[in-house]
Amino acid sequence: MNTLTKSLTGLGFGAVLALSATSAMASGKGCGTFVNAKGVTEHLACSKAPIDFTNKGSLQNGAKMFLNYCAGCHSAKYVRYSRVAQDLEIPPELVEKYLMVNTDQIGDQISADIDPEVQASWFGAAPPDLSLETRLRGDDWVYTYLLSFYEDPSRPWGANNLVLKNAAMPHVLHNLQEEVSKEEFESEVGDLVNFMAWMAEPARHDRKIYGFFVILFLLVLLIPVYLLNKEFWKDVK
Amino acid sequence: MSMGKRFMHWVDARFPATETYEYHMSKYYAPKNFNFWYFFGVLSMVVLVNQLVTGIWLTMMYNPSAEGAFASVEYIMRDVKGGWLIRYMHSTGASAFFVVVYLHMFRALLYGSYQKPRELVWLIGMGIYLALMAEGFFGYLLPWGNMSFWGAQVILNLPAALPVIGDGLAEWVRGDYIISGITLNRFFALHVVAIPLVLVGLVFMHLVALHHVGSNNPDGIDIKKLKDKNGIPLDGVAFHPYYTVHDMVGIVIFFICFFAVIFFFPEGGGFFLEPPNFEVANSLKTPEHIAPVWYYTPFYAILRAVPSKLGGVIAMGAAIAVLFLIPWLDKSPVRSIRYKGIMSKAALVIFAISFVILGYLGATPATPTATIMARICTILYFLFFLLMPIYTSIEKCKQPPERVTGGH
Repeated sequence: MNTLTKSLTGLGFGAVLALSATSAMASGKGCGTFVNAKGVTEHLACSKAPIDFTNKGSLQNGAKMFLNYCAGCHSAKYVRYSRVAQDLEIPPELVEKYLMVNTDQIGDQISADIDPEVQASWFGAAPPDLSLETRLRGDDWVYTYLLSFYEDPSRPWGANNLVLKNAAMPHVLHNLQEEVSKEEFESEVGDLVNFMAWMAEPARHDRKIYGFFVILFLLVLLIPVYLLNKEFWKDVK
Repeated sequence: MSMGKRFMHWVDARFPATETYEYHMSKYYAPKNFNFWYFFGVLSMVVLVNQLVTGIWLTMMYNPSAEGAFASVEYIMRDVKGGWLIRYMHSTGASAFFVVVYLHMFRALLYGSYQKPRELVWLIGMGIYLALMAEGFFGYLLPWGNMSFWGAQVILNLPAALPVIGDGLAEWVRGDYIISGITLNRFFALHVVAIPLVLVGLVFMHLVALHHVGSNNPDGIDIKKLKDKNGIPLDGVAFHPYYTVHDMVGIVIFFICFFAVIFFFPEGGGFFLEPPNFEVANSLKTPEHIAPVWYYTPFYAILRAVPSKLGGVIAMGAAIAVLFLIPWLDKSPVRSIRYKGIMSKAALVIFAISFVILGYLGATPATPTATIMARICTILYFLFFLLMPIYTSIEKCKQPPERVTGGH
């Protein structure tokens, strides 16, 4: 029965292809370029965002951060407050009291406080909807971006960004960055990006749990299927 | 007579149920030496069913309009219970379809499954491949992401390369001056009704033609020459139960890979779901690098390899069209690569490598080096076909055995 061996070889081959493709994509997308002290352009490596959907505390803090710092200008129009309450295990009353900034319907989606059209005239570009931002840019990109603002008096809002040069966005987290230590700031931004990753794909953690059981079931199913095949073919010379 | 037998008797007098079942399953004798490569036919059927079933469910929740399409996909991903699973099964299924179909086609090249008397099996199969490319193309626009939009923009501009009628033709296909909701609506109609009908019809014909002439095998020899006293080929086994239980092993292993992607890597490293498609279509915002989905990239690389646009379109069309001619280009007295000469073997290896390189180049931005590579591979791609009548007729082949070898 060398068919199975060959199938497994094929399977392994496919897996290697898929993995190398995945890693090629992951490494191919850097976090922009910057000019170092010697005037040489260097690639900025992305910092790894601490994504962990099981850390509800981090997600809850991220939600607080998002609604305090981001939702003033950015919408997340595919994300419902009720789903935030449900998935992040926050009692709906608390979501209604503390997180819902511009609506009283918990089934509503997160909209920006200020009309994006108006903002377009202020900032030069309408702030994008952030529901899917981490899937569009990558978790690590968003994390690195938020950590890469620096003072630049030549910019209208006094700040520039290493990852996205001349970003239209002001350094919204500036006050927070001044108040806390570097580690605390990174942790806060990490929570925010963790929440944004949840917004981008709420099923991201659950699907892996389903996946574990589905694959386990299929592996177990393979045993009788394999033996059945062997039983039928044993008489074929 | 038992109830069951009486019932079948009644049915058979009115509809050829038992006869059809026996002809295609229990008395269809397939060679007993099928190997790994012979799983991909049945796997194509499995993926087709997956696409049809998940597609029907997606249609229930999808909104085919420029205003609502993108939001409705996100609605499926978030608000519909299990919607994300159905959507990932469909989006991963599209790539899986091409994976298994490409391997299925490569099997035909390996073992000469297109040679007489299976020319029509091959031609109908090529029809399926064309329909599948159309189906994938139309479906790719439906999520209305930014890459959907710009990918379709590039491809729908291709008719514009034709002289005189070009611009009018491109506009007629789009139904608008640019890709718009009108284009989306017609793509939706083609994707969910027209092309699936064609696909299912062609798959049916593919099987009818195959079962009429019988399956080829890795030795490429005719098993119908040697039969026992009951008229059953000595090297044949009944499709059911032998290959049904056999294929189940392949299907379960396939499902393990398929669901591993769905649950753990649904974006397929950016190849199955591309990052720019997580942003709604925007005619004012061109993605940094526009590339078609991976399964079209070999042909896209050929298109770009030719300096003139019209020439590129012709070369791309020819690259697909030439596949139809294989049954008549191969002059070899044997079918299987096992007994063909060294030139056929080398040609097939070079062809396969060129195809993969073209696929890689079509997915990456064109640099001067990449363009030269693409040109070399394009030439090698075409030489495989154009020189086939020569190298298959002058090379020295081995004598195939009387009876099939290998397998069980």
